[in-house]
Amino acid sequence: MTVRVQSEDFDLGHELDALTRGNTSIGGLCSFVGLVRDMNDGSGVGGMVLEHYPGMTEKMLEEIEAQAHERWPLQASLIIHRYGALQPGDRIVLVAAASPHRDAAFQACNFLIDWLKTKAPFWKAEQLDSGETRWVEAREGDEKAASKWQ
Amino acid sequence: MKILYFAWLRQKIGTGEEQIDPPESVATAGQLIDWLATRGPGYATAFKDARAVKIAVNQTFGDRETPIAANDEVAFFPPVTGG
Repeated sequence: MTVRVQSEDFDLGHELDALTRGNTSIGGLCSFVGLVRDMNDGSGVGGMVLEHYPGMTEKMLEEIEAQAHERWPLQASLIIHRYGALQPGDRIVLVAAASPHRDAAFQACNFLIDWLKTKAPFWKAEQLDSGETRWVEAREGDEKAASKWQ
Repeated sequence: MKILYFAWLRQKIGTGEEQIDPPESVATAGQLIDWLATRGPGYATAFKDARAVKIAVNQTFGDRETPIAANDEVAFFPPVTGG
């Protein structure tokens, strides 16, 4: 179980390789990567600044990860979330779950990102192509996605 | 009491962190919001739509009924948008 909150980028191949290396009981590894999109709610997005709550962020991510381990027989898991200034195409977040069988890995990965999106204290301020800065609003669909795991 | 503000609450209030000493009658997070909202126009604007404000007490999600004490860390922020 690992949680990292950092401004710097991460190397996907390196992270996933390190997560499973040496554990031959793992049969399936599922990962999700979130990227900065160049368009949101009909506006072009030139970049964003991600703010977070140091201390509570790590605590919430650790709780979410622990919850995944309670629900599925996971051999390994990883959450990396970036903060600071990001450009379209940049990686924002990586969640990964590894299990002896694929079904638990798929479900746990889905759970990790659904809960992260509604429970981890991060906020995105988008720099629009118009020059305006806009705080991203929470989506009802994200709440719905998270609530299916209650 | 340590108070933290994030995202647009921080911008509207004009600071991300402050030490305050609310009156003794302020015993819950909701009462703290009502008291803070009287401290100036920035506070009033930030707390105008109380439903849009999330509360954490000592880095755990709470609500308006959550009790607060002198040495607590209380944070106010909009619904989260990470991931």
